Amino acid sequence: MNDDRCQEMHLLIQADLDGELDPAEAARVAEHLEHCAACASLQSEMLALSARLREELPYYAAPHTLHAAVRARIASEAQPEAQRGARRSWVDHLRRPRLAEFGYFGGGFALAACLAWLLVIPRAGDFPGAVVADHIRALQPGHIMDVASSDQHTVKPWFGGRLDFTPPVKDLKSQGFALAGARLDYLAGRPVAALVYQRRQHLIDLFIWPDQGSIGLRPADGHRRGYNFIHWSQGGMVFWAVSDLNAQELGEFVRLWQAG
Amino acid sequence: MRRVVTRADPLSFEQLVLPHLNSAHNLARWLVKDSTLAEDVTQEAALRALRYFPSYHGGNVRAWFMRIVRNVAYDFLASRSGNPETSFNEGGSGEEGPQALSVPAPDDDPEAALLHSEGVQLLDRALRALPAELRECLVLRELEGLSYKEMAEVMGVPIGTIMSRLWRARQALLGRSAEGMHS
Ligand SMILES: [Zn+2]
Repeated sequence: MNDDRCQEMHLLIQADLDGELDPAEAARVAEHLEHCAACASLQSEMLALSARLREELPYYAAPHTLHAAVRARIASEAQPEAQRGARRSWVDHLRRPRLAEFGYFGGGFALAACLAWLLVIPRAGDFPGAVVADHIRALQPGHIMDVASSDQHTVKPWFGGRLDFTPPVKDLKSQGFALAGARLDYLAGRPVAALVYQRRQHLIDLFIWPDQGSIGLRPADGHRRGYNFIHWSQGGMVFWAVSDLNAQELGEFVRLWQAG
Repeated sequence: MRRVVTRADPLSFEQLVLPHLNSAHNLARWLVKDSTLAEDVTQEAALRALRYFPSYHGGNVRAWFMRIVRNVAYDFLASRSGNPETSFNEGGSGEEGPQALSVPAPDDDPEAALLHSEGVQLLDRALRALPAELRECLVLRELEGLSYKEMAEVMGVPIGTIMSRLWRARQALLGRSAEGMHS
């Protein structure tokens, strides 16, 4: 064997195993390998390495929360400027601040990341507070609904492709709680469905996501900052109703919803 | 009342670019080596891609998008420290390095569970210890299955450079020095 020739062969051997050679070049490589044990063993080492890399290394697919966040951001970017400012706020509290609003990759980046994370993941002790805060954020102008429709057959399919689950959608208009629309929101570290109902001048947010039995959900009802909330589980889903409506009427809403 | 929010032209963007979000995130994750930051990089890259989308005129959309991801990731690595390969990369001997401490850990870590076998851990660590330009070659080639031409597009270098970087990366993982191969 000849070291200089082998040296020349190396990148061809590699290109061969990467499937980049045309048949004539591949034949040239094969011929050399037949007569050169050193290059042949190099080739088998590289093949084995390649197989190990493919089989053993983790493939970091984007988490579904990231898919949802990116879609939400893109939907928000695609809106007219005037709506966008308002719409942005809830998406911002997901992730955006860490890159864009803290001087983009600046020195305070890691700290900013931590702070933003704390905003997203509510402290275990006050999950109701986090839900109410989310409702209040949503009440900012232009921000409560991604899709405004009183038609459940419009609202339900709207969630398709935006969430990895299908939330139940009901209209309770005849009972005095009209479906007004819906939006994609973010709670408990995951994208959730938010249905918006109207009772006189009051809005009710109904947050829905799959019940994974992991979050401490006590108490079942209560109030924070002047807003009432009730939560329950039903049909494999977790529900949180939040509103400035009085507790009695909110309770009626929930009973109707559970029965309907 | 019935108003569905209008979208300028995100449909074609969503159809073309978003199917590559997994590839984008995988590349970002291997480049910045941190799960939270990788998501930020991916998201920022998607937004940049949306902004640049009007200037995209056909061609390989995955390579186009991944070039943006790469640029965002390198911006980050560069601003993180003057030398991206020192403070950020060489968490070396320990587990995840200092960056693991500065960012909250996700509540459960399926990635860590995947890396249970020791051999796998060694391979993982060896790849993470490579300079970013060599590491990304192996990620793009072995995990993403990109051709040399696509890799050249993503990395903005000639195919010859791709070949020699791939070579150096592989020799490093095989524990050989890649002397004799020019840059
Ligand atoms: Zn040889």
